[in-house]
This record gives sequence, structure tokens and C-alpha cells, in this order.
Amino acid sequence: MSKHLIDLQNISKSYGSNLVLDEMNLYIRENEFLTLLGPSGCGKTTTLRIIGGFESPDVGKVIFDGEDITRLAPNKRQLNTVFQQYALFSHMTIADNIAFGLKIKKKSKAYIDDKIKYALKLVNLEGYGSRYPDSLSGGQKQRIAIARAIVNEPKVLLLDEPLGALDLKLRQDMQYELIRLKKELGITFIYVTHDQEEALTMSDTIVVMNQGYIQQIGTPEMIYNEPENAFVADFIGDSNIISSTMIRDELVEILGVKFPCVDKDFGENKPVDVVIRPEDVEMVKIPEEITDEEIASENNPAKYGRIQGVVTHLIFKGVHYEMEVMANGFEWLVHSTSLFPIGQKVGINVDPFNIQIMNKPESEDEEAVAIEE
Amino acid sequence: MKNNKFVQFLSVPYVLWAIAFIVIPLLMVFYYGLTDGNGKFTFDNVLAITQTVHYKSLYIALILALISTVICILLAYPLALILTSLKGKNEHLIVLIFILPMWMNFLLRTLAWQTLLENDGAINYVLSFLHLPTIHIINTPVAIVFGMIYNFLPFMILPLYNVIGKIDQNVLNAARDLGANYFQSLVKITLPLSVPGIISGITMVFVPSLTTFVVSEMLGGSKILLIGNVIEQEFTQNSNWHLGSGLSIVLMIFIVISMVITAIFDKDGEGNAL
Repeated sequence: MSKHLIDLQNISKSYGSNLVLDEMNLYIRENEFLTLLGPSGCGKTTTLRIIGGFESPDVGKVIFDGEDITRLAPNKRQLNTVFQQYALFSHMTIADNIAFGLKIKKKSKAYIDDKIKYALKLVNLEGYGSRYPDSLSGGQKQRIAIARAIVNEPKVLLLDEPLGALDLKLRQDMQYELIRLKKELGITFIYVTHDQEEALTMSDTIVVMNQGYIQQIGTPEMIYNEPENAFVADFIGDSNIISSTMIRDELVEILGVKFPCVDKDFGENKPVDVVIRPEDVEMVKIPEEITDEEIASENNPAKYGRIQGVVTHLIFKGVHYEMEVMANGFEWLVHSTSLFPIGQKVGINVDPFNIQIMNKPESEDEEAVAIEE
Repeated sequence: MKNNKFVQFLSVPYVLWAIAFIVIPLLMVFYYGLTDGNGKFTFDNVLAITQTVHYKSLYIALILALISTVICILLAYPLALILTSLKGKNEHLIVLIFILPMWMNFLLRTLAWQTLLENDGAINYVLSFLHLPTIHIINTPVAIVFGMIYNFLPFMILPLYNVIGKIDQNVLNAARDLGANYFQSLVKITLPLSVPGIISGITMVFVPSLTTFVVSEMLGGSKILLIGNVIEQEFTQNSNWHLGSGLSIVLMIFIVISMVITAIFDKDGEGNAL
């Protein structure tokens, strides 16, 4: 694939005694839509600010296009940032906002006027040039912030939770807008968010972070379907994370019941974490009169499931029902388009392909795992 | 509705206060200013400003107030920038130090400057002790400007500090991000965004400087008459309330003019917030 545009080498950063980034290594390819995803305080914004030049790392280097820019001032970097709260210049018109960077660079008036027109068209806000930021809605302000950044033709656009302040519908529209912009501009986007859905929708690559460590780097599909650890699984979408034992290759014991799976090379009788997405839990109704003994004697997973339980909660979510099922001492989260009423006895099955096995963290306090690429 | 009546009831003391101590005195100033000793309507007291001694005193007062205000801005703006860039406890401590003189009586502060600046005062004592040439600024306009700046500087610092401190750090970061160096972002972003603070500071320094008679009396040695001194003398020494009031009306007109001028620059009206 294309070459590395940005290389973060061994970056550490702390505020006082609070270690925010710990020996982070990450590269960003040219023309990539890369998302830094994680809960607040995970170090994602600090990473972005280090790339933008608003923070400098205590240790480590930032290499941009082969050059060390670790100590370079933000105004000397070939990248532009779209800030969380838009950060528009409220005392200037929209056109002056967009022209700001170009005027600093002493571009000709004709060039600037052209660029303003082009940028306003790109973000679908033609004719807004003479208005002031205060007269715009949140979504419009955000698009102006993007326009203001891209007229400078940066190689990289940094976006710090740019959709965080918008309402849900607008956020979804803006996601498509950003994907379109990214395609039209053909530049690298580095995007920071705590919203996993946003990350899954837009990114080429997702970097999941927690407590200053990178937890996993991968495509949205990889991150969702094959989380490397319990944190990633839990953070990306809903999931059932169950402490289990790998009996041998392709066989795992979950809550005392053996399930066939497809994973290998974990060793024998090894404690592992199992992730099962709620939409991957298959359920069958078991008539009330069937006793546990009959289920046990018949031993027919297709008819009665591998594990039996009772529905305890039921919520209608629109596309599907969300249910909680108490089975073998674990509360299973289940998404299904079929309704299973509260109190219904059910059998649970999981397709071997949908059982994701993960190594357990070696110790309790090693919940955050550093992953070197 | 009941609630509304209660609020109306609460406002009664303030309305009475305003009538007794603001509206009536103001009406009295206008009455005295626009009548002569026999109670006849006349513009003479207002037009008295055209007499040399009067318009000179107004002219000097305007010039000194303007100089003090400009120097206050020049002193306070960098300080406000420094203060807002400090993060942590020191910030409030330093603000406190600059505000501290306001806790002392205005007259005492000015009296202290008199003692310091006198020809045989503290500063000259130290200078002559060090065999340096002594300074003679007491009873000069310089001393008056000193006094004005010292007394009114906090009123410039506070609004500037408040306004600059409220500028979103990300807005400044955005300017840097778009290629502006520190100086460019100061001129193009910080300065325009702090205009309300500057306006507010100007109003709070210029108006008291223009009307003061205490500072000029104590540090100007009654030799330099500002319009404030002239008005005060008409009331206390000459007992000519009519002339005093007439000149007060002129002074008020000038204050209103200066506020209108500043308001033109302050489109948002935020400068009046403090």
C-alpha cells in the first residue's frame, strides 16, 4: 500500500504525574482515513494535538513526510485542524474566516476569491460568504470550519470530534459529507472520536485506544469481528464477554457447556475471554412443559439449544428487540427480530464462526495492552 | 400574576432610591444650570464654558484624561495577556496584587503619591541620597497623570483580563493552525475579540479621569485647574450653584459624546457588561 505519511515513534506524554501516552507507535499512510477511537482520557486528543503541534511529546518523535517535525510550531506544519467547537473567528465574515490562512500566506486577491468560492461550493454553503458565524447553525459552522482548513491544501486534515456538538440526524448526514469530501480532496484524514458508530462508518483504519495505549489497529471489519481483547470488544458495540476455558483447538467451554468454535493455537485448558455479539446469539423457544431432564436426555442443540435460560428483560429498539436472558448464571444480551416474551424459556445456540476467542490479560491491572505493530 | 406583583413590590426601595438620589439631584442640576439667581431661564451658565478659564480647564482635563487612558491601555493590555497565559494559582495571586490598592481609600492613595512626589518627598530623598538628580513633578500635569493612572489602572486591567481570558483557546490555536505566528494572531484575533474589554476599560478610566478634582487638587497643587476643580470651586468657594451646574451640564455632554464614540466601536454592547 501507499507510503507512510506520518510516523509517531515512541511517543510518551504526561501531565504532571498523569501518564497520557505511553510509548506509542503509529504510522498513518497517505490518503488514509484513520480514526483514533477511545473513551475520554484515553489519549486520542493528545495524540492529535501532538500531530497538530499544540502539544509536544515528552519523549519520541513525530516524522512527517520523512522530516522530524516534533518541535515545529503549528503554523509551520503542512496540516490543518478542524476543532471540536468549530473555533470560528466570530468577528469575521465567513469569507474572511475561510481566507484567513490564505491572507497570512499573502496569496493574491483573485486566488483567494476563487478558493473561497470553491470551498463554499464544496461544503454546500454557496452564498454564505458575507454572513457572520453567529448566524449559522452548528452543522453549517462545522462545514465552514472544514472549508477554512481545506483551502490551505493541507496534506493532512486533523478532525477533533468535529461532530460531537451536533444532533444525531445531522451527525449522520455529516458523516456521509465527510466521506465525500475525503474522496474529492484525496488527502489524509485523521479523525478523533469516542463514537464507535462514527468510526465504523467512515474509517479505513481504526485505532482503538485506552489509557494511553493502543489496544488494536485494524479495518472496521477487523475491529468489530475480531476484537483483540475484552476492552475493544466492549467498546465497539454491545457484546457478551464471558470468561471461558479453551479445552483444545476448536472447542471452548462457556459457562460449563462445550461449544465448537473455529479458533486454534490457544493451548489446552487455557482460560480465555469469549466475545459473542448480541445479534449472533440464536434462540429457540422451549415449551414450558419440557423438563430439564428431557432436554438433557435428548441432547439436541438444534431443538433445545446448548444452554437453556429465561428471558428477563425486553425492550423494543425499532429494527430489533433487545433482550436479556439469564442462562447458567450469566446475563446474555440478545438482539433478535423475533420477539421472546419475558419469562419465556429459551435455548441458546451460537454459530462456531461467531465465537470470538481472546487471550485474557496476564494480570488484573494489565487491562490495557500495548500492541506494537 | 401574584409573583409579578411581588417582584414589583421588591423594586419599590430601588425606585425610591433612584428618585431621591439620582433623578431629583439630576433635575436640580438642570434647574440650577439653566436658571439665573432670580430663577429666570437662561443659557448663560452653560455658555460660560466659552470663557477662557473655563474652556481651558475643560481642554486640559480632556487632554490629561486621554493621556491617562492611553497609558492605562498600554500598561494593562500586555499585563492582561501575561495574566491570561499563566495557568494555575499564580494567576489569581498576581491579579490580586494589582487589584489590592483598590481596597485602600482613594484619598489616602492620592495623599501617598503627594508625599512620594513632593520636592522634599520620599522619592527625591532617595534620589539625593544616591547623589542622583532630583525630580520636580509635583504640581505639574505629569503628577496628575501619575495619580490618575495609579488610581484607575485596575479598572482597565479587570475588563481586559476578563475579556481576553474568555477567548476560546482553540480559536487562537486555529489561527496558529492556519499559519499565523504569535504576533499575527494577536493583531488579527486577540485584539479584535477584546474590543469590548478595551471599550469597557476606556469608559471606566476616561470618565473618572475627566471629572476628578481630588487628584488634580492634591497632585496639581491647585495651580492646574481641571474642569472638575472649577465646578467644585463654584459650589464650595463661590457658592455659585448656577454656574457650577451649568458647567456640569457641559461636562455631562462631553461624557455622553465620549460614550457614543466608544459605543460606535462596540457593536455588540458587551463593553457595558462590567
